[in-house]
Amino acid sequence: MTAGAGVVIVGASLAGLTTAEGLRNEGYSGAITLIGEEDRDPYNRPPLSKQVLAGTWSVDQTTMRDAEQLESLGVRHLRAHRASTVDVNARTVTANGAVVPYEHLVAATGVVARTLPNSRGVRGINSLRTVDDALTLQRDLAGAGQVAVVGASVLGCEIASAARSAGHGVTLIGRSDALRFGRNGNHLSPMIADLLHENDVRMRMGVEVIEVQGRHSVSGLRLSDGSVIPADVVVAAIGCVPAVDWLSDTGIDISDGVLCDANGVAAPGVYAVGDVARWLDPLTGEAHRIEHQATAIERAHAVARLIVTGESTPPIASFFWSELFGNRILVHGRLAPDLPLTPLTGSIGDRRFVAATIRSGRPTGLVGWNMPREFRQERARVIEQAAQHHPHPAVEAAAN
Amino acid sequence: MKISVDTAACIGAGQCALVAGELFDQDDDGIVMLLDDQPTEAQYAIARRAASLCPARAITVTESA
Repeated sequence: MTAGAGVVIVGASLAGLTTAEGLRNEGYSGAITLIGEEDRDPYNRPPLSKQVLAGTWSVDQTTMRDAEQLESLGVRHLRAHRASTVDVNARTVTANGAVVPYEHLVAATGVVARTLPNSRGVRGINSLRTVDDALTLQRDLAGAGQVAVVGASVLGCEIASAARSAGHGVTLIGRSDALRFGRNGNHLSPMIADLLHENDVRMRMGVEVIEVQGRHSVSGLRLSDGSVIPADVVVAAIGCVPAVDWLSDTGIDISDGVLCDANGVAAPGVYAVGDVARWLDPLTGEAHRIEHQATAIERAHAVARLIVTGESTPPIASFFWSELFGNRILVHGRLAPDLPLTPLTGSIGDRRFVAATIRSGRPTGLVGWNMPREFRQERARVIEQAAQHHPHPAVEAAAN
Repeated sequence: MKISVDTAACIGAGQCALVAGELFDQDDDGIVMLLDDQPTEAQYAIARRAASLCPARAITVTESA
C-alpha cells in the first residue's frame, strides 16, 4: 500500500476514530485524515446519556483521544469541517471548501437526531446526541421539575432513568403500545415497564405528541388522546436520520444510510462504518443499519483490515447494553419475537438471569440481566456454537 | 507489555474477558478484574484486541514494558 492520498475518514466519532486506530494496528503507514463536523476532540457518546446525564462524569471524561494523541497516531484531524460533496471518479472529498484527495474513503458520519415538529427555538426542547446537546440538557434540567421524554426506546428509557434518579418527575411518552428495546420484539418490554413503574416514571404509551405548548419556553405537550403533559423540559428520543447528504450524486444507495456489501464496501474505494453504515448480512441476505457501539467498533476494525490486508472478516453478531435504575442489561444477537424467552441461569422474577430465545437448539439471541459474568460465559458458548455452525460464512460482495 | 485498567470507566460489557479470558475476568457487577498485567508474548495479540474492543476504552496497553 503506497502512501499517496491515503485514507480519508469522514466522521470523527467512535467509528471513524476506531477505523484510524485499526489502520495503524494493521500496520498502515500512509496518510490518515479524519474530517469532523464538531470543533472537539473525538468523544464517546454512550456516557452522555449515562454518566454525564447522571452528573457523575464531566464532559471532558468522554474524550477518546486528544490532539496530541491523534498526532502521535499520525492522524490529521480537520475539526469543524463538514464534508459537502464527493467526486468518486477524481477520488476527492470537499469539506468547507478544502478539496481533500483520497485513495480510500470511509464514511463514518453517523446519524442526526430527529426533532419534534414545530419545536424549533422553543427553550426546554432537547435531543441528546452530541456533547453540546448534553450540556444544554444539563442546563435545562437544573431547576426543572417535570421532564417529558418522548420515545420509548433504549435511549428514551435511559434518559428517563437518569432524569428520575436525579429527582425529577418524569413522564415517558411512546407511540407504540409497548416499549421497544432494540430489535428484540416485546420480550423485555414488560420487565422494563415494571422497572419504570416501580421508580415512579409515568408511562403514556400508544400516543403521539400533537403540539408543543409554551411560547418561548416549553410548558407542556398535548398528546393525541387530548391530554396535556406538563413539562419544563422535553427530551426527544424519537430516532435518528443517517447523515448522508454529502454522498448524493455518487451513485451509492443512500436511501437508508450507506448500503454496503458484507465487508463494508459501498463502491470501489468507498466504505462505511458506524451508525450510518448499512451492511449486508450474508446469513439473511438483508441489509440493516445497526446503531450499536460494539458493532461500530468491530466493523471499523474489519474495514481497516480490509483496506490494509485485503482480508475480510466474518460477520459479527450484534451486542449492546443498557443501564436502567442500576440494572445492567446486556443483549447479544436478536431475541426472536416468535419464540418464548427461556431462562438459562438465575430467575427472571429475581431480576438476575440469563435467558435466550432458542431455535433448533441454538440461541438466536441472549439477554443478561444483572448477571454480567454469567451472560458473558453464555455468550462465549453461543459465539462458539455459531462458528461451528457457519465455519466458512459466505461473504460475498453486493452488486456494486 | 504492560496492561492497566480503569475500573471507574468500565461499564461491564465483558468484551475483554470474552476475547482474552486468560488476562481479564469480571466481578459480580461485571466490572473488569485484571488477572495478569504482564502478558506473555503469546498473549500480546489478545491483549491488544481486548483493549481495542473495550467500549469504555478502559484498557491501556503499553507496548514497551
